Amino acid sequence: MSVLIDLFSLAAIGAGVFFFFAGTVGLLRFPDSLSRLHALSKADNLGLGLVVLGLLPRAENPLAAFKLVVVWALVLLSGASTAQLIGRALRRGRK
Amino acid sequence: MSVLPALDLGLALLVVGVAAWTIAARNLFASVVGYVAYGLLLAIVWIRLYAPDIALTEAAVGSGVTGVLLVTAGKRLDAIKAAETGAPPGLALRIFVGALAVLVAGALAWVVVTLPTPAPSLAPAAAAAADGPGAGLGNPITAVLMSYRSFDTMLEKVVLILAVLGVWSVGPDKAWGTAPAPLRKAKAEGAMVFLAQLLAPAGALIGVHIFWVGADAPGGAFQGGALLAAMWMVAMMARLTEPPRIDSRILRLALIAGPAVFLVVGLAGLLLAGNFFAFPSAFAKPLILFIEAFMVLSIAVALPMLVAGPPDGSSEP
Repeated sequence: MSVLIDLFSLAAIGAGVFFFFAGTVGLLRFPDSLSRLHALSKADNLGLGLVVLGLLPRAENPLAAFKLVVVWALVLLSGASTAQLIGRALRRGRK
Repeated sequence: MSVLPALDLGLALLVVGVAAWTIAARNLFASVVGYVAYGLLLAIVWIRLYAPDIALTEAAVGSGVTGVLLVTAGKRLDAIKAAETGAPPGLALRIFVGALAVLVAGALAWVVVTLPTPAPSLAPAAAAAADGPGAGLGNPITAVLMSYRSFDTMLEKVVLILAVLGVWSVGPDKAWGTAPAPLRKAKAEGAMVFLAQLLAPAGALIGVHIFWVGADAPGGAFQGGALLAAMWMVAMMARLTEPPRIDSRILRLALIAGPAVFLVVGLAGLLLAGNFFAFPSAFAKPLILFIEAFMVLSIAVALPMLVAGPPDGSSEP
């Protein structure tokens, strides 16, 4: 059973790291600010979500697991909002 | 096991690199962003040094609040720069300033490098002292801050109040007593309002939680207070609330509440426990939490007032 959990954690965190990596590559390589922003928010939301998912079975107690999920939710909220704000500031600057 | 040392080395190099980039950046805004990244990296360094309390403070104050402060200051500097263009400093002056900076950095580095091993430390004495009147607190950091070094902790908050007074005093005379300008001139955007409405209540709850668990786990008054301050600033940026008038009685009472309560309890210790800032050991813990609650209030009010800046008379109708 514990081997299965280990494998699950490994797979989920590995997938999360992949999304972070892809997002970072996008941030460095994409041509304009809006698409860079797009790459970054995907990495934050999905990558962190997968890392949290992989860490959930390793939490000491349900409260710690809940805190992990709350951390992800807070990053989702602030990441999505700031991406909106930066995007709008960019569009205003272009006009 | 050789992965962690390699990661630590990479982290250390990254910190030095970001620090160098922050200094070298030509653009003021870019260097502020570099400074914020530097603060977040330092927080990770503190985690690696097993100092989660300092990591929390570094992330909240060193990176978060200071970042907002520097961005705001940068904007004001830009406005001033547009108004007047003075002559850039000459080569001799720049070399002189650089030499002074090298001298200070060199002296600091020399002191650190020539520290005796083991380095002189007050930690055992502090731990012993914290075992006494600070007993009952599971977090030794809080015990030391509030019991062993209580006078320092109290004076830190006085420094914060002095800083707020300094900021207020550079406003024009005719604006004295009015409210500082809003953090955003224009009407806030929908996304900002949405963020503030959702984040501020959750963040305030987390701030109080961090203060509350600070007695027994990493956390404490400064970290919790900084989070509350950040949430107030988010609400002000969304224009959900405006900065208060600086002659407001409530604002001023909240500002001085922390050090004032600390001082009164310290003086009471002189009478009841026989020493200035001594806590009767029977109820040291509730007393310390009582003081810290007012400290949280003072910090949560002082930091946004620093960011809001001096009243400039623009908020008058």
